[in-house]
Amino acid sequence: MTAQNNDVLLRVENLKMHFPIFRGVLRRQVGAVHAVDGVSFDVMRGETLGLVGESGCGKSTTGRTILQLYKATGGNVIFDGVDLVSLKAEEMRKTRRKIQMIFQDPYASLNPRMTVADIVAEPMVVHSVATGKEIKERVDYLLDVVNLNPAFASRYPHEFSGGQRQRIGIARALALQPSFIVCDEPISALDVSIQAQVVNLLEDLQKQFNLTYLFIAHDLSMVRHISKRVAVMYLGVIMELANRDDLYREPLHPYTQALLSAVPIPDPVADAQRKRVLLEGDVPSPVNPPSGCRFRTRCPIADKICAESRPDFREVKPGHFVACHMV
Amino acid sequence: MPDLLLDVKGLETQFKTPDGIVHAVNGVSFGLKEGETLGVVGESGCGKSVTMLSVLGLIPSPPGKVTAGEAKFFGQDLLKMSNDEIRHVRGAQISMVFQDPMTSLNPVLTIGRQLEEPLILHIGMTKNQARERAAELLAMVGIPNPKDRLNDYPHQYSGGMRQRVMIAMSLACSPQILIADEPTTALDVTIQAQIMDLVKRLRDELGMAIVWITHDLGVVAGIAQRVLVMYGGFIVEEATVGDLFANPSHPYTIGLLGSLPRIDGKEEGRLYSIDGHPPVLYQKPRSCPFAPRCKWAMEKCWQENPLLTPVSSEHRVACWVDTKTGRAR
Repeated sequence: MTAQNNDVLLRVENLKMHFPIFRGVLRRQVGAVHAVDGVSFDVMRGETLGLVGESGCGKSTTGRTILQLYKATGGNVIFDGVDLVSLKAEEMRKTRRKIQMIFQDPYASLNPRMTVADIVAEPMVVHSVATGKEIKERVDYLLDVVNLNPAFASRYPHEFSGGQRQRIGIARALALQPSFIVCDEPISALDVSIQAQVVNLLEDLQKQFNLTYLFIAHDLSMVRHISKRVAVMYLGVIMELANRDDLYREPLHPYTQALLSAVPIPDPVADAQRKRVLLEGDVPSPVNPPSGCRFRTRCPIADKICAESRPDFREVKPGHFVACHMV
Repeated sequence: MPDLLLDVKGLETQFKTPDGIVHAVNGVSFGLKEGETLGVVGESGCGKSVTMLSVLGLIPSPPGKVTAGEAKFFGQDLLKMSNDEIRHVRGAQISMVFQDPMTSLNPVLTIGRQLEEPLILHIGMTKNQARERAAELLAMVGIPNPKDRLNDYPHQYSGGMRQRVMIAMSLACSPQILIADEPTTALDVTIQAQIMDLVKRLRDELGMAIVWITHDLGVVAGIAQRVLVMYGGFIVEEATVGDLFANPSHPYTIGLLGSLPRIDGKEEGRLYSIDGHPPVLYQKPRSCPFAPRCKWAMEKCWQENPLLTPVSSEHRVACWVDTKTGRAR
């Protein structure tokens, strides 16, 4: 996608993830959910790349496929010069130390029968990087880093609030000193006043440990706040990718324009002055996506060519990529 | 105030749980004028939904119980009505739209059956009349081919369309009040924009009053004329929408607005965050419920709970501190 760059930590090339659909007595494959269908982007060392889109657009699947939690249907995921897709299970397990994930639901992603100390220690035990007293010291340190009182280490997850649980999940993700963290909607299950606390913490940790984030979210305001660059997905494809300020100031793709104009602004004066681009209808099914451009069925400026060929993902301005025939 | 359509005074609701009594609503008073849109904002557990469910007699009892207050609607107290009486008000004069359109529709009945039910029940239409009106209602909320789609089941509709059906259903009997409880929270932003657009259009056409419950201040800014901010089972601030966003006066409102990044305007650096977390209401708060998280808190805030007091004609705040000067009011 871009010229070779030493600062690229993660390069995703034409990544595809199709989930087969089986029907009938013989469980024959009758189709596939095209969850991710040819996605390419780079993540630079130390940056936060925001990945936004509506539910079902494949943003979470992209994150999980990068971590090899799913076996990719096609494409490459090159992390620090190594193609993760071709790695054997044991090699991948070792590499996972460097790549961690923070999950959306702080209730479902923590084992209710384990104490906080056990949860945060588990990655270190699994990867045998520390033993006995070292582990305890490290757990206390990690809890302190995420602003939780280490004295609570022997408690169980249900004794904590949503925001505190998300901090436990973050401490666990930091346990193996990763360089790259996939944050999959880390704040969307939290109350508004708690979201800001967690986002501030993520930003502090990034500075402190020189972390690189892939920040997956549907909240465009929060993504704008935390990201350096932003990619917009629709139906398994990246429609636009640009520097944060370029994307929000001058969105080029009609989908990005509609998406941004639909975000409510907490200011009645500014909100009343905005031009709304209302999209008709709903997102089509990823089982049978539209031919050509995925967005054409709802696009206000679609033309004949949009149904015939899939638009290239091209760089129209330095660092500003768009997949649209009309731009 | 005689021109109030709904006049709620001193409402209190409690829930019995194995861990003790939860004081969900602790004396809430507000009025709803004819044709106005009232936004109710707050975080989960602040009592915003329970307040409205209490007014409609929809609190499951046990464990819930409305322990005090009145809710006057056309001179009658909704809280004193028998189950039968309030059933005639619910769905006919006051109707409600819920957050999750999947769980509030019956999956084994066609959309048509579910739309016709209130028409037959409340208005006494015949089956054929109801069928015709149901198709009209679907057309009104922007569902294409309404006649055919009446025979479909809820799973054949998308999330946004289901919420349109819920709105059609709530409008079936031309209610005076529509209570919308987080109707767009489960939807994507582009679909949310469609639904908000639809509700605004219907409001202007039909002239009903709307109570819109949400946690999203952006949504409130786009749809409401007047706003109640709730915290810990109390109303902490009440103002017109313009005034609330231009002059937020309660520390909680100020904190909420400060913690929201915006997609417009310039980048603001670090987000303002409110420390701590929302209260658990096992006791009825005697002091200000927000005091533990408030950076302005004074001694008085820990001793006495402030009442809603006017700061200007249409702006009321429950706070001992004048947040503009940082001193006591």
